[in-house]
Amino acid sequence: MDLISEEKMDNMTAMEKIRLILDGVKEGKILVLEKGLTPTEEAKLIEMTMTEITPEGFPGIEIESYPSSQNQKLIDRIFRKPVVRTRLTVIGPANQLKTLKKDRDLISALVSSQ
Amino acid sequence: MGLIKRVKKNFSSIFKNLFKKKTAKIGIYGPPNAGKTTLANRIIRDWTGDAMGAVSNVPHETRRARRREGVTIESNGSKVTLDIVDTPGLATKIDFQEFMAHGLEEEEAKRRAKEATEGIIEAVKWLDDLDGVILVMDATQDPFTQVNVTVIGNMEARKLPLLIAANKIDLPESSPARIRSAFPQHPLVPISALEGQNIDTLYEEIADHFG
Repeated sequence: MDLISEEKMDNMTAMEKIRLILDGVKEGKILVLEKGLTPTEEAKLIEMTMTEITPEGFPGIEIESYPSSQNQKLIDRIFRKPVVRTRLTVIGPANQLKTLKKDRDLISALVSSQ
Repeated sequence: MGLIKRVKKNFSSIFKNLFKKKTAKIGIYGPPNAGKTTLANRIIRDWTGDAMGAVSNVPHETRRARRREGVTIESNGSKVTLDIVDTPGLATKIDFQEFMAHGLEEEEAKRRAKEATEGIIEAVKWLDDLDGVILVMDATQDPFTQVNVTVIGNMEARKLPLLIAANKIDLPESSPARIRSAFPQHPLVPISALEGQNIDTLYEEIADHFG
């Protein structure tokens, strides 16, 4: 399992993050991202995952994050700057990570070996 | 209705009519088997007398996005013309064995899995080209799925309107209230796309929300 810090993710482009995640998951790792991905990055990750699925090999990913929220700071609202606050995210191979229960502030997951 | 309220409503309607787009392009999104195509069929049938596509219990029946142009919906004095895009169910994983469990032969299951991945890519790409989304959720299921979270997050980031259709209320285990408490910031209409329950309320919300 890899726990990836917010600082590391902040210094990466969207494609670098997605590559890091897919390479890690395809090696069988469970990744815990301290900051998570923006909704646009999540959509891009789904898209890239689909291109790498193979019938007998990679089945796809299980990804669980808490709902993101818009930044409510007054200064950002004045300048209408949309800042999305992302939250902790867990990603793993679909055949090893299974979500049992999820709500706004709790993710219960089962991790198994292949 | 008070005078101030009436004046406010009239101004709001004049403002809307002045600046509204001629046609809004609306995507119907959701996880597989939430009832997206059933809803698309109902809307198209009710307002044009036609149909959109086939439905089945096997997941990923819709594997290509389908667009129906110029569907005019009138409700409660409001009128809106929409291009409706019925999208393939979004998912983060595809297992061909799941299709075999529904009785498909291995080759057919693998072909369907491949087409399903292509359909999901297409659905994600459509997100960049829409004016709003009807997110269909299965009201018998946990609402906090990643697909729901991702679609809602994308619409909020783009500041585009989103309407949640809490589908399958004809089933006794459905709970639209669970969805409402999960995503209280968005309008929600409990419906049964299959039985047509509460569908007029959905049309009112569509006309009001996307007009």
